[in-house]
Amino acid sequence: MSRLGKIARRTFLVGAAALAGGVAFGTYMVRRPHENPLAEGLGPDEVTFNPWILVGPERITLITPHVDLGQGTAHMQAMLLAEEMDLEPGGFETDFGAPAAAYWNTAMSGDAAPFRVSDDSLMARGTRTAMDAAFKVLGMQVTGGSSSSADSFDKLREAGAMARETLKLAAAQETGIAVDRLSTEAGAVVLPGGDRIPYTDLAATAATLAPVTDVAPRAASNWRLIGHETERLDIVAKSTGQQAYGIDLSIDGMVHAAVRVNPRRGGLNGYDAGAAAAMRGVQGIVAVTNGVAAIADNTWRAFQAVNAVACDWASGPYPDEQADHWAAVEASFTEDRLDREWRSDGDVASALSGASIEAEYRAPYVAHQPLEPLNAIVRVTDEGVEVWTGHQMPRFLQQVVAGVTGHDADQVTLHNQYAGGSFGHRLEFEHVRLATEIADQMRGTPVKLTFQREEDFAQDFPRQISMARARGAVAGGQVSAADIQISSVSSTRSQMGRIGQAVPGPDGQIPAGVWNAPYAIANYRVRAYAVQELAPTSSWRSVGASSAGFFGESFLDELIHAAGADPLEERLRLASGPRAIAVLEAVAEMSGWGRDLAEGRGLGVAMVESFGVPTAEVIEVEATDRGIRIHDVWVAAEVGTVIDPVNFENQVQGGVIWGLGHAINCEITYAGGAAEQSNYDRHDGMRIWQAPRIAVRAVELGGPVHGIGEPPVPPAAPALANAIFAATGQRLREMPFVRAMDFV
Amino acid sequence: MRFSVNGTAHEVDVEADMPLLWVLRDELGITSVKYGCGIAQCGACTVHVDGIAMRSCQLPADTLEGAEITTLEGLAPGETLHAVQQAWIAHQVAQCGYCQSGQMMQAADLLATTPDPTDEDIDSVMGGNLCRCGTYPRIRAAIHDAAARLREG
Repeated sequence: MSRLGKIARRTFLVGAAALAGGVAFGTYMVRRPHENPLAEGLGPDEVTFNPWILVGPERITLITPHVDLGQGTAHMQAMLLAEEMDLEPGGFETDFGAPAAAYWNTAMSGDAAPFRVSDDSLMARGTRTAMDAAFKVLGMQVTGGSSSSADSFDKLREAGAMARETLKLAAAQETGIAVDRLSTEAGAVVLPGGDRIPYTDLAATAATLAPVTDVAPRAASNWRLIGHETERLDIVAKSTGQQAYGIDLSIDGMVHAAVRVNPRRGGLNGYDAGAAAAMRGVQGIVAVTNGVAAIADNTWRAFQAVNAVACDWASGPYPDEQADHWAAVEASFTEDRLDREWRSDGDVASALSGASIEAEYRAPYVAHQPLEPLNAIVRVTDEGVEVWTGHQMPRFLQQVVAGVTGHDADQVTLHNQYAGGSFGHRLEFEHVRLATEIADQMRGTPVKLTFQREEDFAQDFPRQISMARARGAVAGGQVSAADIQISSVSSTRSQMGRIGQAVPGPDGQIPAGVWNAPYAIANYRVRAYAVQELAPTSSWRSVGASSAGFFGESFLDELIHAAGADPLEERLRLASGPRAIAVLEAVAEMSGWGRDLAEGRGLGVAMVESFGVPTAEVIEVEATDRGIRIHDVWVAAEVGTVIDPVNFENQVQGGVIWGLGHAINCEITYAGGAAEQSNYDRHDGMRIWQAPRIAVRAVELGGPVHGIGEPPVPPAAPALANAIFAATGQRLREMPFVRAMDFV
Repeated sequence: MRFSVNGTAHEVDVEADMPLLWVLRDELGITSVKYGCGIAQCGACTVHVDGIAMRSCQLPADTLEGAEITTLEGLAPGETLHAVQQAWIAHQVAQCGYCQSGQMMQAADLLATTPDPTDEDIDSVMGGNLCRCGTYPRIRAAIHDAAARLREG
């Protein structure tokens, strides 16, 4: 890597450091476009106009570099390209493409910069620009942070338009007909008389032309795919069992591997393979970092063998017992642990000098555990490394693999795969690192590592453990002050630390959803405290807002009730900005807020802005004699423009169920240094019998496009707790709620 | 041992306790059957054994002598998809899709015994099939749709 790249890697992430970094790169480095990875290895008569489009005599291939984890990104990206290129489903193939700097994420800075998304100040814009510069110079290709739609919306439409116009130019050259008399439809240029020339027939001529770049994407009124219901490209394959995931792949000569790694995250003192090596089909037992691996001719045989190895684990780097994790969080509300005072509106100290309302909240560790267990196929040769797995950070993956084998990163080829869920899990590298370690010990042989579910739980990097201490005041029937302190481990620092990345500046995820809450409370202060690293943690669908959003919106509800105000009307009074107001008004209407409710029923509301998307949810519960029943959820979110309405609804429903299921049912606790929950019998999320009806409305105010994968999660837990309070008078301040009551 | 999968006879030589899941996936290469938990908690490995939905991760190979096993590929013979699959496509149920083979196999079994299920019927029978993406509202709708398609023939 270049020296400049190394500087960028050390300093790129947040705030002032990014500013300095942006200046350091210089205009030339920042403006210089990345090479088109498709240009290398073009076949005869193939043409590429930009990093997303490849047209050859036989086929059209659209590159969708945001990997599809179930959130529908492959379809979304393809629709943006197809809209402008005038392609029809079935008329092209998609591919996740090779890792490339050209696929750097242009939309990560919006949420990573320590400014509210609505902040358009010079400082905010300057920091975002500088961070974008760093992301670009680094070639930060990332699927995450609900950024795929925002990253893709403009550039893929422009890429499609560029291809369309260049193909028309090729047709003009072949036919002698003026370009302005040509049109395009369904993968072909249409001549004035109605004759059609398929794009594939124009590739050879187009390859000789300079791409047309001065073309603007079409107006929204002309869209035929964007904003319309379309059949998701992968839906038939996923409804017929034909969709292949990484775990389903088979490479010639492949062997199967399973691992057991220290569940306390410490070292391996030693191991006794015992009978494992002699078990049927077993080809070897080898050591890996902090653990052992079994290699066999079948996945199950590898599982059986590695489970038969006796391992002597060393102790780990964090407290053995859960109570000591909580003690560390409780002890971190101190000046020296203050990460940042994120917001200070009005005069909180004076406003709280009289009688105040106080409350304390907790959010536990929770696991990712997508249904496809972590897996990777790796083949190491002296010439290079090939990896087959579904991953969200392809270029970091190349570095991790190269770091194990001693190759250069550009000698690592990743074949990115459709994944059976992620929720943040496939941002991590340990399974790929382990598979590479095994494959490096048997160069030439492809090794498929599959985690047993129990191993996946044991090695998961859960969501941050976090708590809040809040004080507030009410006056004249209104909320007048809130002072919220949040103490949390930093999942961002933990996660980036595992790949050698220091994160300068405060961690904006600790108070996410609270410091940036779109409310104008007269006296409002938010302070974040960073707890020392405990169990290693990671980004979990909606990250900091999944815990902090629960704290902030629960406490606001407590204050509103103390003021004697209506939870929705008071939020509307406090809401600042048209987007927050619009989503609150939408759920008020959808839910029939204010109507008479049957005995035992309650309505609760919460609104959290995360990843730039204000999302409001109203939940109706019933306190039955067997426990709480969630009947209905009404959700409204403002994302600017909806690209794919089917997927929008699906993601919102799934996000609500994700948020509710874990808030009710799930926690990871540590005993003896290891996670106590090892399978879905003790950490399942939500089952169908708990799932409510979920009505979804997209509010489209036409501003910048935002993603919807994560924003529906944070309001779910507080809306539920607030509904339960309305129905029962019992206030839930700690997740999982099943500790306090039953749910049916 | 010998058994059939989707009407094709197979003879495999494996350990008596190798679960059917791994016989199908690693010995026969039928990968629509998914590994999720290994302890009958997620239902991703659901297949039909002699017409009944079962968790293939819990079926040792030596219990399968002579069994007729159906996976999603064999749910509807011929070119036309099973009504459950048609409904799953029409409602665009899948997100990641990893659990959906098992969901559809369980749903097909439900509809074979309960042609017009209520939401309560669906919840009680489908409760063992875990979807981490949260597609449950669509699963319910698709099952009602599939039931209607089957009734209309």
